Amino acid sequence: MSLTVTDLRVHYRTPRGEVRALDGVTFTVADGEIMGLAGESGSGKSTLGTSLVRLDGRMRHVGGTVELDGVPLPVADSAAMDRFRFRAVSVIPQYSMSALNPTRKIGKMVAELLASRGERPDRAELERRLALVGLPPDVLGRYPIELSGGMKQRVVMVVSTLLNPSLLIADEVTSALDVSSQKAVAGMLLGLRDEGLVTSMIMVTHDISLVYQIADTIAVMYAGRLAEKAPADVIVTAPRHPYTRLLISSLPEVGVRQAERRLDGIPGTPPSLLDPPEGCRFRDRCPLAFDRCAERPPFAEVAPGHSVACWKAV
Amino acid sequence: MTGVRNALRVALRNGKLVAGLAVVLALLLTALVVPATIAYGPNEYVGPAAAPPSAEYWFGTTTFGQDVFAQFAYGLRATFLVGLLGGGLAAVIGMAVGFTAGYRGGLVDEILNMITNIVLVLPALVVLLIVNAYLGVRDVGVQALFIGLTSWPWAARAIRAQTLSLRSRDFVDLARLSGMRTPGIIVREIAPNMSSYLFMTFILLFGGSILIAASLDFIGLGPSQGVSLGLMLNNAARWSALHLGMWWWFVPPGAGITAVVGSLYVVNVGLDEVFNPKLREM
Amino acid sequence: MPRYFGRKLLIYGLTFFVAVTINWMIPRFMPGDPVQSMLARANIAQPEAVEAMRVHYTDLFGFDLPLWKQYANFWAALFRGDLGISIWLFPTPVADVIARAVPYTLGLLLPAVLLSWVAGNRFGAFAARRKWLDNTALPIGYLLTATPYMWLAILLAWGLGVVAGVLPVAGAYSFAIQPEWSWDFAGSLLQHWLLPFASLFLVAFGGWAIGMRNMIIYELEADYVRYLRSLGASGRLIRRYAFRNAILPQVTGLALQLGVLVAGALVTEIVFSYPGLGHLILQAIQNQDFFLLQGIFLFIVVGVLIANFVIDVAYVVVDPRTRVGMGGAA
Repeated sequence: MSLTVTDLRVHYRTPRGEVRALDGVTFTVADGEIMGLAGESGSGKSTLGTSLVRLDGRMRHVGGTVELDGVPLPVADSAAMDRFRFRAVSVIPQYSMSALNPTRKIGKMVAELLASRGERPDRAELERRLALVGLPPDVLGRYPIELSGGMKQRVVMVVSTLLNPSLLIADEVTSALDVSSQKAVAGMLLGLRDEGLVTSMIMVTHDISLVYQIADTIAVMYAGRLAEKAPADVIVTAPRHPYTRLLISSLPEVGVRQAERRLDGIPGTPPSLLDPPEGCRFRDRCPLAFDRCAERPPFAEVAPGHSVACWKAV
Repeated sequence: MTGVRNALRVALRNGKLVAGLAVVLALLLTALVVPATIAYGPNEYVGPAAAPPSAEYWFGTTTFGQDVFAQFAYGLRATFLVGLLGGGLAAVIGMAVGFTAGYRGGLVDEILNMITNIVLVLPALVVLLIVNAYLGVRDVGVQALFIGLTSWPWAARAIRAQTLSLRSRDFVDLARLSGMRTPGIIVREIAPNMSSYLFMTFILLFGGSILIAASLDFIGLGPSQGVSLGLMLNNAARWSALHLGMWWWFVPPGAGITAVVGSLYVVNVGLDEVFNPKLREM
Repeated sequence: MPRYFGRKLLIYGLTFFVAVTINWMIPRFMPGDPVQSMLARANIAQPEAVEAMRVHYTDLFGFDLPLWKQYANFWAALFRGDLGISIWLFPTPVADVIARAVPYTLGLLLPAVLLSWVAGNRFGAFAARRKWLDNTALPIGYLLTATPYMWLAILLAWGLGVVAGVLPVAGAYSFAIQPEWSWDFAGSLLQHWLLPFASLFLVAFGGWAIGMRNMIIYELEADYVRYLRSLGASGRLIRRYAFRNAILPQVTGLALQLGVLVAGALVTEIVFSYPGLGHLILQAIQNQDFFLLQGIFLFIVVGVLIANFVIDVAYVVVDPRTRVGMGGAA
């Protein structure tokens, strides 16, 4: 078992109160698994991704545990997490285009970053990995401003995986790109795993059709909780959760990009996470809702590797 | 409306904003009300010469027996006036130049940018020295006019940058497509979207005008009529208040200027925190 | 990069042109006959001086010539380094009067600006890291930047000079000694320099500290810092990067603040009767010495332009982005 997340709860502090962005999330990611993490914006998928690396100033760990390769990750203690960051768990952030210090040459920045983690830069290995994502070695002598957006993102991919992390979080890495670059980037992510540079990966995205191309499994989030997790083709061909079904059926066809917006096909909006209702969070919009949905459905395994949080699916 | 009420609630909870506003309003009230309650003018010789503060003359009197508190209250009035007029004019010019340059772009931008940069590198106070020395400045209004004409460039630059970032937004495109003309788009679409920024710019220009006016008055190039806080400092220095130990003559005017400008700056920090929630976390 | 400097130099050239033109125009726009009113206001007893001045002015203004010719002559005189003759110190040329005062102003201004910039930046960056320090230092910083230079100067002169009596409050050296190369004189210079320096330094320090504090906080929110943090980079590396990047707008700020700093030096000199340009300005105004005033104006403008250019060069050194031909913030 590479990653085990148990009942993880993370809240956001806002002037209007605590937003329960993650409200009891439980799942596992196996060694070598690429898990797609899908959901609408505001579903908590990005919060889940960042929680595993670094809680930002307004995020608060409320409960639950994370275990990576049998070792508990101290997600609530940022200082203690430093030991695991980069080496055990790493991230390709959403803001890759601006993730590099604008006033440092890339090679120098990498060297300084590695030195601050007590690692020695291995120039030959660095150049080999740049070549893997199609970058010439001379990018190391350039400033970020001299690179295109796509090149910067590939630099970040290389930097983030330099220490061969056990788990890589790729957070919406394709959302700023055009369709052909998206495919290229997805291919590179796959390459990172196949080359053994990362053990397993969580790819946070709103684009199921894209993640389907490289993911082994897909987890769907709704309103701070997981709705369903299953092998990728099962999610696409035989989803069990009513929300996943609507999500999949709203995709015109696999391979066509779905814009980030509320689903038109499903009436209503997700509940506010400031004070979410008891029970299943989807029940107000769910065509199958019945009495029992007032009770929270467990995230239960209905088939090997297939878990669903719905009374109807059990 | 809930947005406004929400913003107000956040604003009232911001200590810096409330404290700064309290000081500014107290001084403004002093400037507006106190002169009406004093029977004599600020430059009349009413009391004993060089008297330290007393129950009768709160801030004491000058070497000539003028009431320092009366001068202070009238001087504050001039200070607020020069800030309002000078800062206001600079804000208007800065907005006109900044919006036009940022929205129009192209050659208009090039030319306006050039003018802005030229006025920006000219040291304002030194230009004002020459202008005031030759043309003579009789009242606060003229002084404010010249200050406004020289202190707008940084505001124009900042507003231009903001406008540039708003120019390509969807709602501006929409307005353009719907046939709205440039001035209309600027006034109705762009300006409201950076109103908080414009307001904070005005506050800084307001404070800057006050400081420049004080320096001019201190050098002796201020309005030849009336009284101002800078002129009080000038008189105190000229008549050796320092060596005579008449601290009550030079402490209040400087403290008045510092209090007005300093609290305005603090108000600005508070506003910044209210408008940019991110900063509130710090 | 040549384009960057080309633009800058063009702007400075135009600014100089505008400044000279203002200088030429203002006496001509003054209501009435400038020569007559200047002589009347100059109020000088020696008749030969009055006559010499009349000749000089009429000649210099050249009111009988066509305007363009007057303007051309004005430029020609300027390039000969001829700024006219001082009225106050008649018949010393204005250029000489200015040259005598400049060392004092520069001796005050340069150390105060540079030291306050360095110290303010360091302190601001330091304060941003500690909440208690930030909460106490910030209001003090805002108070300092809001303080009129002359008022702080007066307070220091009064407190440390008059009341405590530890430092002299007037002049650049003791009236009892002659300027010479001696330790006594140097000591006296230093003593007289301390208070004006301190008041300039303090006000400017407040501004730089606040600017730096705000910039650091902004930088620490930047994406590249978030990325470094999520990779577990050391706090030291992050602070180094943030400081390095926050310095850039402070360099630009130095250029923007030059005018204010010069103005501060002028009024500070007036408070301390320090014999620099500020003191000269006061004398020029009190003696209606317009040639001196105009000369000082031009001199300061040129000085500010040169300083601006030096800062531009410095900016290219500190911001690599200007060197790769992509512009940058300045």
